[in-house]
Amino acid sequence: MTKEELISKLKTIVQPYIQNEDAFNNLSEATDFINDLKINSANLVDVILDVEDEFDIRIENDDMEKMTSVKAAMDIVNEKLAAK
Amino acid sequence: MKNRVVITGLGVVAPNGVGVDAFTKAIKNGVSGITFHQQLADLNFSCCIGGIPNISEEKKLEYLTPLQLRGFNSSGILYGCIAGMDAWKDAGFEVDPDSDLDFDSGTVFGTGTSGVDKFREAIYKLDDKQVKRLGSTVVVQTMASGISAFLGGILGLGNQVTTNSSACTTGTEAILMGYDRIKNGQAKRMLVGSCSDDGPYIWGGFDAMRVMTYKHNETPKEGSRPMSETASGFVPGAGAGALVLESLESALKRKATIYAEILGGNINSGGQRDGGTMTAPNAKAVQRCIQDAVKDSGILAEDIDTINGHLTATSKDSLEIENWTTALGRSGTGFPYINSLKSMVGHCLAASGSIESVATVLQLKHQFVFPNINCEDLHPKISALISEEKIVKHTINTSLNIAAKASFGFGDVNGCVIFKKYN
Repeated sequence: MTKEELISKLKTIVQPYIQNEDAFNNLSEATDFINDLKINSANLVDVILDVEDEFDIRIENDDMEKMTSVKAAMDIVNEKLAAK
Repeated sequence: MKNRVVITGLGVVAPNGVGVDAFTKAIKNGVSGITFHQQLADLNFSCCIGGIPNISEEKKLEYLTPLQLRGFNSSGILYGCIAGMDAWKDAGFEVDPDSDLDFDSGTVFGTGTSGVDKFREAIYKLDDKQVKRLGSTVVVQTMASGISAFLGGILGLGNQVTTNSSACTTGTEAILMGYDRIKNGQAKRMLVGSCSDDGPYIWGGFDAMRVMTYKHNETPKEGSRPMSETASGFVPGAGAGALVLESLESALKRKATIYAEILGGNINSGGQRDGGTMTAPNAKAVQRCIQDAVKDSGILAEDIDTINGHLTATSKDSLEIENWTTALGRSGTGFPYINSLKSMVGHCLAASGSIESVATVLQLKHQFVFPNINCEDLHPKISALISEEKIVKHTINTSLNIAAKASFGFGDVNGCVIFKKYN
C-alpha cells in the first residue's frame, strides 16, 4: 500500500468524527486528530476500532495512546501490517 | 415570594402520534397506536402487542447528527431527544450547537432504564472477552442520566441537568421537580419530561409477571381496556413526553405562548405499608397524595373539571376510581370527567406520566376531553362509584378550567399535579 493510499483510507475513517472541515480537507501526515481535526477525545477509541476493522489488525493499549495523529496512525498500521 | 409557573412548550413522541399536531389529532379521534409485534411472538411472549412510536431514519437525522447516530441503539434516548427538542423549539427557543450557555435553564428528564438494547449488545461483546471493542458509546447510552446528558448538551443548559426515576410515576415526578425549582427561584426555565425504551428487553419482566394482557394478540387495538369489565392487563408502550416550564415573569417578558399554568401538586409514597406493596398501592397514601396536591394548589376538590388517571387496565382500575372518589369527596354525577390515555397508547411505563400530562395540557389549551376507547363495557364496580357519562367515549368540547393528573408506580410511589387553564 502506498503512503497516499494509506492516508486516503485513514481520511475516510476519521471523517465521521471530525469537527473542523478545513483541517480535514487539508489533511496530511502532520495532521493531529485532536488539535487540528477537533475530534472529541472520547471518539479516539472509536477511530481506533474502525482502523482495526479496516486493516484487520489489533491495536494494544500502548499503541493506542500514541495514535493521536495521522503520522502516528500510519506508523502503527504499517508496523502491524508488516508483522502479519 | 414564590414564582408562578406556566407551560410554554410541548413535545411528544407517542405510539399514536409523533409531534404535538399529530398527537392532538390522534387523541381527539380516539386513534389506537397498539399493534402486533412478531418479534414478541418469536420470543414466546404471552403478550405480543405493544405501542411503539413510528420514527423514520430521515426523522432521526433531523434531531441527531450522523456522529451521534453512530453505534446508537437507545430508543428511549431517541424519543426523549425528539420530544425535548420539539418542546424547546415550541417554546420559541433555538436549537443551535453554538448557542450561549444558559445558566437559567435546566432539565429534569426521567427514565426507568436507559438503552437496554445497547446494554444487551455490550454484554454480548463483554462475555466474548471483547471489552476493548465496546467503543465510546456504551456509557452515555446506558447511564440512567443519558437522556438528560444528551438534552443538556444539545440545548446548552447551564442549570440543573438530571434524570429522575420512580417507575411509572417518573414523568409526573419530573414535572413537579422542575416546577419546584422555578417556584423557588432556582431556575427560570426547566425542560421536564420522561422517556422509555421499547421492545422485549424492557417489557419481558412485566410479561413474566403476567401483568400484560395475552388475550388480544389478534385484536391489538382492542387490547388496552382501562376501566373495562374485560380488562385483562396492560399493553406495553414506549415514547417520550416533554414540557417547557417557565416562570410566569419570564414567559410574559418573552411574550411566549402559554399552554397552561401549574398550580401545584404532591409526591408521596405508601411505604409498602397498610396494603401497599412493591407492586400495589397503599390506598391511604394515594388518597393523601391527591388531597395534598389539591391543598398545595390552593383550590377545592370541587374545582377539578377533569382527571387524567393512571388507569392501566389491570384489576386495580376500580380501586383507583374509589381512591379518587374518597380523596375528592365526589362521586356519581358529581364526579369530574375522567380518562385514560393508556386506552390508545398502552402503558408507556416511565414515559407514561409525561406523555399523559402533555395530553392533559392539550385538553386545557383546546378545551376538550379526549375519549376512552375500549371501555364500552364499563366495569360494574366503577359504574357503582361514578356516573358513566363522566367517562366519555367520544371527544367532547367543553369548558375546562382545572385538570388533575396522577401517576402511581412500583415501589408504592405516587404523584399528582394540578394544571389550570391560563387566562
